[in-house]
Amino acid sequence: MSYLELRDISKVYGEGATEVHALQRVDLSVESGSLVAVMGASGSGKSTLLTIAGSLEDPTSGEVYVGGRPLSSLSRNAKAKLRRQSIGYVFQDYNLLAGLSALENVSLPLELDGVPARKAQGTALETLDEFGLKDRASHYPDQLSGGERQRVAIARAVVGGRQLLLADEPSGALDSTNAESVMRLILAACHRGLAAVVVTHDAQLASWADRVIFLRDGRIVDQTLPLDSPEAFLADVPNR
Amino acid sequence: MSVRHALLALLSEGPKYGLQLRQEFESRTGEVWPLNVGQVYTTLQRLERDGLVESDDTSEEGPQKGFHITQEGADELALWLRTPPDFSSPPRDELVIKVLVALGLPGVDVHEVVQVHRRYLVELMQQWTRLKEDETRLDINFALVVDAELFRLDSLIRWLDTADGRLKRAAGEDAPAPQSFPLPKARRRVGAPE
Repeated sequence: MSYLELRDISKVYGEGATEVHALQRVDLSVESGSLVAVMGASGSGKSTLLTIAGSLEDPTSGEVYVGGRPLSSLSRNAKAKLRRQSIGYVFQDYNLLAGLSALENVSLPLELDGVPARKAQGTALETLDEFGLKDRASHYPDQLSGGERQRVAIARAVVGGRQLLLADEPSGALDSTNAESVMRLILAACHRGLAAVVVTHDAQLASWADRVIFLRDGRIVDQTLPLDSPEAFLADVPNR
Repeated sequence: MSVRHALLALLSEGPKYGLQLRQEFESRTGEVWPLNVGQVYTTLQRLERDGLVESDDTSEEGPQKGFHITQEGADELALWLRTPPDFSSPPRDELVIKVLVALGLPGVDVHEVVQVHRRYLVELMQQWTRLKEDETRLDINFALVVDAELFRLDSLIRWLDTADGRLKRAAGEDAPAPQSFPLPKARRRVGAPE
C-alpha cells in the first residue's frame, strides 16, 4: 500500500506576469519499504515536491495522502502532529542544532512529541547505536565529521518509528564514500518498512533507489522500469 | 582489458597452470569479465613466443601445463602498469553522435532523445548499485569494478544533463512545455544490439 500519494499536484507561485508553475499535475505514489528518487535539474520543482509531500507547504491544487489520510482534511495542529510523529526530514546541510549533542538532537523530536526525556534519550541512543554512532552521542555537531553529522541527521529523521523519510540532496556536501554510507542507511531504513523519497540531481545517489522519477520544469516526464534480477543483469554484462 | 598483461601480473606472483590462470583472472576481475580457456592458451603462446613467459618443459600440453614469468616479462609488466591509457584524443562516442544528430533533425525533440538515454543509463546504474547492496558479500575486486562502471555511467549522465541545460538556454524562453515521454513496453535487454 502506498504510504505517500500525490494526486494531480500543482503548485503556482506568484501571480500574473510573475506566475511560476513550480509543479504541474504531478502524480506519485511511494509504498512502505520502498525508496523513490526524484531526479531533475535545479529549478525543476524537486524541492517543492518534497515540501508539499511533507506538508510543509500546501499545493495550489491536488491532494496529498499520507498514510491514507488526505492532508487537506487535517487541521494545522493535526498536520504538525503528523510531521512530528510520522515524517522525518533530511537536508543537504544537516540542520542539526549546534547547541545540542548528537544524542539531544536525535531525542528532541520525541521529547517535542511528549515522550519523557529519559525514555526519549534511551530510544535516541538505540538509534545512534544502530547507525554506528553510539560513541559520538555526547559530541556536538562541530565535533563531528560531515559524514557523521549527516548520519546523526538521518537517525533524527527515523527515530521513534517514523514511516516516511523525505531527503533533499542528503549527500550533496559529502565525498562519495560518505555519500554511499548515507544512502546505505536510508536504504536499510526502507528495508525495515519506511517509505522514502530522495530528491537529487546526482545519478550515483538516485541509483540506490528502487524507482527513479525524472522531473523537468515541474512535470514528471519519465521514470525507470523495474530492475532485472542481479543474476540476469550480470549474465548479460560480458555482452555489453 | 589487456588479457596479456593480466596474465603476466598473475604469473609475477609465481608459476601457475593455464587453468589456474583463467580461474584467478575471473575472480580478480570480480567475475565480471569471463575468459574462455582458448583465449588463455593463445595469449600464453604469444607471451612465450615474445620471451615474456616460459613454459615448464617437463609438463604436457593442456590445462596442467605450467608457466613462469621471465625478467623481460616482469619489465614489460612494470612498464605497462605505469603507462597511462591513451586518453589524448576524444573517442568516437556513439552517445554524443546521437545527440548531435538529433539536434540537426527537423521534428525530433532533442530533449526527449537525451531523456531516453538518461533513463537507460540510470537504469544501468541502479543495476550496478544493487550489486553493491550487500556489503558483507562485497569482494574488494568486484567493488572496484562496480565503482569504475558507476563513475563511467555517471559521467555520461552528467554530460547529458549539461547538454540538456545548454540546449534549453540556447532555445531561450520560447521552449514548449515538456511532455511525458511514452515508456517502452519492455526494457531493452541490456547488451542487445540497437
